[in-house]
Amino acid sequence: MLTKRIIACLDVHAGRVVKGVQFVDLIDAGDPATQAARHAREGADEIVLLDITATHEGRQTLLDTVRRTARELFVPFCVGGGIRTARDAEQVFEAGADKVSINSAALADPNLISAIGSSFGAQAVVVAIDARRDPAAADPVREAQVYAQGGRHPVGRTVVEWAREAEQRGAGEILLTSMDADGTRAGFDCELTAAVSEAVGIPVIASGGAGAVTHFADVFSRGKAHAALAASIFHFGVSTSRSLKEELAQAGIPVRLPC
Amino acid sequence: MRVTVIDYKAGNLTSVLKTLKHLGAEPVVTDGDLSLVESAERIVLPGVGHFAATERLDATGLTSAIRAAIARGVPFLGICVGMQWLYAGSTEAPQQPGLGAFAEFCSRFPDGSEKVPHVGWNSLEVRQGLRLLAGVELGEFVYFTHSYKGPVTADTAAVTEYIEPFAAAVERANVMGVQFHPEKSGETGLKILRNFLEWQAKGAAC
Repeated sequence: MLTKRIIACLDVHAGRVVKGVQFVDLIDAGDPATQAARHAREGADEIVLLDITATHEGRQTLLDTVRRTARELFVPFCVGGGIRTARDAEQVFEAGADKVSINSAALADPNLISAIGSSFGAQAVVVAIDARRDPAAADPVREAQVYAQGGRHPVGRTVVEWAREAEQRGAGEILLTSMDADGTRAGFDCELTAAVSEAVGIPVIASGGAGAVTHFADVFSRGKAHAALAASIFHFGVSTSRSLKEELAQAGIPVRLPC
Repeated sequence: MRVTVIDYKAGNLTSVLKTLKHLGAEPVVTDGDLSLVESAERIVLPGVGHFAATERLDATGLTSAIRAAIARGVPFLGICVGMQWLYAGSTEAPQQPGLGAFAEFCSRFPDGSEKVPHVGWNSLEVRQGLRLLAGVELGEFVYFTHSYKGPVTADTAAVTEYIEPFAAAVERANVMGVQFHPEKSGETGLKILRNFLEWQAKGAAC
């Protein structure tokens, strides 16, 4: 039976894993290669490394980090942050990533999705969408808005429509972050996740808001997510993917166990 | 051990190469140098992307060289599209023939309530567990990402169920294929690749 994936997410700045609220007050949380290997050992089904270094010099550091992290990692490995061109993506793949996650660059130039997909396959292209409900709309969920540039600017498109276009252009998966839920630890936005999952034929990865095991069970059942991103709940050894998955299995969610 | 890895320019070989090195093999890549196939001890054909891209194997002469190597008894492993290529063809690109080591055709998962592609970790029901899948227990998980698949036949070494049962692994004599990505399937995947690297044909000259 196909299982629901728990994806461990590492935010990386200048070659180190960092932890913080809304990218401020960053705390050093270790070496990316070590942390990724630990997550894989502790049962994560996949690793996402998001580079939050926005500088040009940071690119080379990122490639070194990806190379080191990929070396001993034998589960799927996705890298996002700062990938603006097909050439950027190619370098990240050559460094050992299996997938790239693209966000603002895909909004600015949707051809980037097919440009990467035609060379590396749709399975290698994850389109990340930062979403916020539109409280003024008749249907705040169906009309949730897409935000670009790290969630700073609304782009004037609905999430459902952009997810459909991304799929049509050859995205393999959608990584959907609810900005309303992000950082609250009060649960994923299950209504929004379900709306997007129902609108596309490709898997949807839910992100933002995880604070308890029941939140994952909710987003897999009610939210129709195929995978969920977990970041802060794993830091500093608070909980492992394995223990999270053991609890999910008890709640009737199919997960990869033993792992 | 030297492993000849076939590159048909439709994706990223980094993960496969890295994993083979991790297991102590020495991968050499060819995108048209036939001598590397003619002298191969083991051949791996990784594959992502569209079945039509395998046309390049015909154009470069690699198809004929691989066919001859298989006839000599060289162990061959096809991964993902590389496994699909072992069949007669695929409905993904009906005009493009596969190697034909297995007579059937690959086809797309039927549309319905489930997502296509099939992406994620799914379990194996091993049917031939003595060689490629030696030591793989019922229900071990491996990582898939694909929309097309081969049918379950007598050559199927493991079955996975998604929408319907399909061939997760296939093997006959020295020809083997896996629909999943062993290089992305954790310890189970490493075990399967190690089996491939260590497999010795019965009666092979030493």
